Amino acid sequence: MARRRLVLTFPPEVVERPVVALLVRDYDVITNILRAEIHEGEIGRMLVELEGEGKRVREGVKYLKDLGVQVEEAITDIELDDELCIDCGACTAVCLPRALKMEAPDWELDLNKDRCILCGLCVDACPLQLITVKF
Amino acid sequence: MAKTYEEINQRIRKGEAVVLTAEEMTGLVASEGAQKAARKVDVVTTGTFGPMCSSGAFVNFGHSDPPIKMSKAWLNDVPVCADIAAVDAYIGATALSDTEGMAYGGAHVIQDLIEGKWMKLRATAYGTDCYPRREIETWVNKDTLNQAFLFNPRNAYQNYACATNGSERTIYTYMGVLLPNHGNATYCSAGQLSPLLNDPLYRTIGLGTRVFLGGAHGYVAWPGTQHKPSVERSPGGTPLGPAGTLALIGDLKEMDSRFIRGARFHRYGVSMYVGVGIPIPILDEEMAAYAGVSDAEIQTTIFDYSQPTRSRDPLGRVSYAELRSGSIELKGRKVPCAPLSSYKVARQIAGTLKGWIEEGRFLLSAPVEPLPAEGAVLPLEIRDGEGI
Repeated sequence: MARRRLVLTFPPEVVERPVVALLVRDYDVITNILRAEIHEGEIGRMLVELEGEGKRVREGVKYLKDLGVQVEEAITDIELDDELCIDCGACTAVCLPRALKMEAPDWELDLNKDRCILCGLCVDACPLQLITVKF
Repeated sequence: MAKTYEEINQRIRKGEAVVLTAEEMTGLVASEGAQKAARKVDVVTTGTFGPMCSSGAFVNFGHSDPPIKMSKAWLNDVPVCADIAAVDAYIGATALSDTEGMAYGGAHVIQDLIEGKWMKLRATAYGTDCYPRREIETWVNKDTLNQAFLFNPRNAYQNYACATNGSERTIYTYMGVLLPNHGNATYCSAGQLSPLLNDPLYRTIGLGTRVFLGGAHGYVAWPGTQHKPSVERSPGGTPLGPAGTLALIGDLKEMDSRFIRGARFHRYGVSMYVGVGIPIPILDEEMAAYAGVSDAEIQTTIFDYSQPTRSRDPLGRVSYAELRSGSIELKGRKVPCAPLSSYKVARQIAGTLKGWIEEGRFLLSAPVEPLPAEGAVLPLEIRDGEGI
């Protein structure tokens, strides 16, 4: 049995299709959705754990990629150096689940790890290179 | 009743000046009106802390023995422009490290200098009778340099675009990471706190204006590059997109890296967060009204940054109040938006400058010359050399 934690990014045209249901039915891969941020007509992101026979999991991943779903290995944690953070907000631009957010009145960056789907996009978005990931 | 610079400075010297931040002024003008506010308030302080690529620092290394006339030079492997006399150089903020690429650049060199760090200086030369040395490798920090001053050709943009991405792939820009199909939008202005949005027609900010630059005193040296005052404006005078700019100068040795930070925009390059604060003298009711501007009254234009062209098509207009709400309406959809410029640090800058003025440590200077009130930006045409 193989188990993989992956971040799936769905282009808007794929968001509305029953991708995960077919993955379970056609490939016999147990798909545990850990976190998801999916809205009709927008890019969707999902953190999943796939479990099944090694060969079937590989085939399932290929099926996802063929559909145009971006498949990346999930990270296990992100870390923000808030001592050096300047509260610019650039990282919040890519955080669709709003784990990183900045709002009135204090305009301070707030990281809520419970909402984080561990996509890692904020790592590239931080202009001060203050966000690191653990795999 | 109009006030003069001298009257305001007298009050500052006596510790009697009434100073408000631009945010506080917005509240006062909204509740009591510009006329009353003009009578009560002497100075309004502004602030902004955003990435300003057109920045850099002049340094003088001092002469080695035997001396060298540097022609190529590097600080921590970042190339600097050394084609200025023998040991003068300009550290361009956006220069990239020869060894680390985009992870470290000129802006990081400047930040490290401000923080007093030692850095490796390497230079080569062709050698002359009076400057025989052909190469040098040594270590320097800000205390070993004769002079080190920031001279930023284009800072404190008066308003800036809102960026989005209409293409089908993620793009990496100086406006941050822009997700496909208008998946997000970014903006980069302190809005109601931003210096030139509180003096939209440049009545008080001009050449010679003393400012807060990177935590130290600095000056407006010149109109900034791409200064573009002739643009469409709101009834209150604020431009509906990028307009005026300032060239700023100030002593790097006095600066604080809380207000100057090296930055890297993924797959774009290096930029520098620069902290700028400018005091606005409330000379009369008109200046009070200008400095009382609110985010709801300041609008900017949305552009699709996936269009790889000089003049992108505007997609719409949006106010800073809408941008600050966290999402905007674009093509009938709700698009999440995020700032790139730190409002929190902008507030700290306006607050610090307010403190300096209240304590009598910072006097206002009337401009020696006004900024141009008219003018557009010239494009660079591809010319073939025939008939020029």
